[in-house]
Amino acid sequence: MTVTTAGTSANGNVSAATASAAASAAATAEATGPQSLTMAKALNTAMADAMRADPSVLVFGEDVGMLGGVFRITDGLMAEFGEQRCFDTPLAESGIVGMAVGMAINGMRPVIEMQFDAFAYPAFEQIVSHVAKMHNRTKGKLKMPMVIRVPYAGGIGGVEHHCDSSESYYAHTAGLKVYTPATVADGYRMLREAIGSDDPVMFMEPKKLYWSKDQVDLGALRVEHDAGTSTEGRAAVARPGTDATLIAYGPSVPTALAAAAAAAEEGRSLEVIDVRTLVPFDDETVCASVRKTGRAVVIAEAHGFASVSSEIVARVQERAFHYLAAPILRVTGFDVPFPSPKLEHYYLPSVDRILDAVDDLQWED
Amino acid sequence: MTIHADHSAPETAVEDQAADVRTKFGISVEDYMLPARHQIQMVNPDGTLRSHDEQGTEPGHEYPTPGDSELMAAYEQLVVGRRVNDQNSALVRQGRMAVYPSSHGQEACQVAAAMCLSEGDWLFPTYRDAVAVMTRGVDPVEVMTIFRGDWHGGYDPTEHNVGIQCTPLTTQLLHAVGVAHAAKLRGENTVVMAMCGDGATSEGDFHEALNFAAVFHLPVIFFVQNNKYAISVPLSHQSVAPSLAHKAVGYGMAGERVDGNDLVALLAVMDRAVKLARDGSGPLLIEAHTYRMQAHTNADDATRYRPDSEVAEWQAKDPLARMKSYLTDKGLLDAAASERIASHAEAVATQLREGLGEDVPVQPLDLFKYVFAKQTPQLKEQSELLASELARASSGDTDNSGTESAK
Ligand SMILES: Cc1ncc(C[n+]2csc(CCOP(=O)(O)OP(=O)(O)O)c2C)c(N)n1
Ligand SMILES: [Mg+2]
Repeated sequence: MTVTTAGTSANGNVSAATASAAASAAATAEATGPQSLTMAKALNTAMADAMRADPSVLVFGEDVGMLGGVFRITDGLMAEFGEQRCFDTPLAESGIVGMAVGMAINGMRPVIEMQFDAFAYPAFEQIVSHVAKMHNRTKGKLKMPMVIRVPYAGGIGGVEHHCDSSESYYAHTAGLKVYTPATVADGYRMLREAIGSDDPVMFMEPKKLYWSKDQVDLGALRVEHDAGTSTEGRAAVARPGTDATLIAYGPSVPTALAAAAAAAEEGRSLEVIDVRTLVPFDDETVCASVRKTGRAVVIAEAHGFASVSSEIVARVQERAFHYLAAPILRVTGFDVPFPSPKLEHYYLPSVDRILDAVDDLQWED
Repeated sequence: MTIHADHSAPETAVEDQAADVRTKFGISVEDYMLPARHQIQMVNPDGTLRSHDEQGTEPGHEYPTPGDSELMAAYEQLVVGRRVNDQNSALVRQGRMAVYPSSHGQEACQVAAAMCLSEGDWLFPTYRDAVAVMTRGVDPVEVMTIFRGDWHGGYDPTEHNVGIQCTPLTTQLLHAVGVAHAAKLRGENTVVMAMCGDGATSEGDFHEALNFAAVFHLPVIFFVQNNKYAISVPLSHQSVAPSLAHKAVGYGMAGERVDGNDLVALLAVMDRAVKLARDGSGPLLIEAHTYRMQAHTNADDATRYRPDSEVAEWQAKDPLARMKSYLTDKGLLDAAASERIASHAEAVATQLREGLGEDVPVQPLDLFKYVFAKQTPQLKEQSELLASELARASSGDTDNSGTESAK
């Protein structure tokens, strides 16, 4: 297959752009108005749209070609864009990421898939030592416009090595941006923004939400993307409330929303914040909510110790201490290896555990 | 940008390659991929030319002798490289540089790795390959910035197509693969030189890079400088393969061994490898036998793990002396040329002394400037914190000095 259009290249060695207007117009025309969409389809559409708009966008990984990925997120991309732009690699995660680094150096925008959270660990050295550091090391002469997609977290009864919440490792690494969508619309929105970003993005996909559905207007989302609307560093108020704030991200957002709904029945109004991008973190929106409510619970599936949830608590108390009526509490995974399928529900943050934490926010004082 | 080149191996890739080798070289694919029985060596340590029969070549492993002008240009770089190594070691002793992993003794490899490439090609060097980076045209003082400690890299990789000298062993080989892959997808004729040491061949990324390059049939030359040691650990503790070049066949690529202190043989082997890679033969693995004459870095004590007699043995195989007497005997190098080359080397050494002698003030706020293309609010805040500390320090604020005087 031959693509003769050109997109923007972060490292500047691809000829100038003539956007494939026809293709994206066709894509836009095919879907306007709200439709029922899964997160999986939203992510898939985001990649397809990005590939249509910019021939330097490449998708590769393990089983992403013919099969369309073990979660089918890359379904149909090889058929539409050819084996040159969507292809399977040998089984070697460090190889996938390291090769993507070289491709990014040489004018491409790789979007690569790690098959599962725990199988991304062989690539850790490339991610930490090169993906995260190349821009800084070269004073911006080399950019790393790549997206590393990681299906992560539990809730699907997965066996060992298939359910890790590995976001803290990446969030802790200077030089990486870390996104994690919780809604279908954000799946599209945030993946398109990640692919367009000149910074490397760890794109953490809550795998239990792949099949979640929502009414989504793809046409409107495309217009929003083309207008340059950004989600990076912007948390969303997923549900407004006044009595306490639940701060959640990725797979924990629906759990937090369910807890807020249950609390409402008991007359307690909980605000739910969906953090959306862990790096950069939206201090403003989160702290504004906590200042308003005076109480907060942070919810995350990952082990609590030395994690994103601990970072959130630290940041909020540094900035909103005098507004707090109670210590900020956390509902997180226990500090144990992710459990086997029959035990995972004891581990995962649940509605009940969240409501218990809310009850503990010193309402008597 | 056009993406069209086919990079996916057809079902018949293995048979196709075998047939291709038979037509091109008249030998079996195994004989092509396995290195020749002996290393390729063209000039003896005493500078005399070996007879054709003694050069280690075999059918399908034939190497034309490089031309006179190429040899002279390479010799000049060899002399400059040696001078640079010794100048830098001196600068370390004077405290002008934090560290320098010298390639003293390996300069022929350094020069050949850079000189065999054309302008659009790429080079991915290690910490030890500063001379190769310079030979490629990068400004010497910019090359040494990394060792002086100003920043983790001193040159713009896109200016001469040279990656930043890489320390995490063999991770750069995959970057080489990616650069070659991107070029191939765009139908560009780029060859990529990927360098590493003997010890580094034990790393996982070495394996992944060779396999990826072979599967995607990419024009990457993996160039291993076998200097016998990884810091203190001898090669026998890394591998029991017949040679490192033999590893190639396991990936479906060709391997070759060459005398790494023989610049003539190196150029011959590397030039042919580049030509083969550029013409679509896929990746190649070249192992050069050489020796690190000095310690691993200035911080290392080589006497703890290798005998002086071994060093002396290699002293007699010095690449510089050998090339000098070969070119002199050949009538190419006379006193005037020697003098001109020596003064070129001296000029580069002076440039290094002057460039590294002056204290360039560091820019603390640069810490925050380049972490991301699009900065985060958190880094902006931290940058402002450091800026206000700096401002207070420079105005001699009493809050700061107060704690000092209170002691
Ligand atoms: C992944 C990794 N592990 C360990 C080191 C520390 N280290 C630096 S150089 C070196 C020896 C490498 O030996 P070799 O590959 O033979 O190259 P040489 O130094 O001899 O040129 C070691 C162990 C490193 N840089 N990277
Ligand atoms: Mg070595």
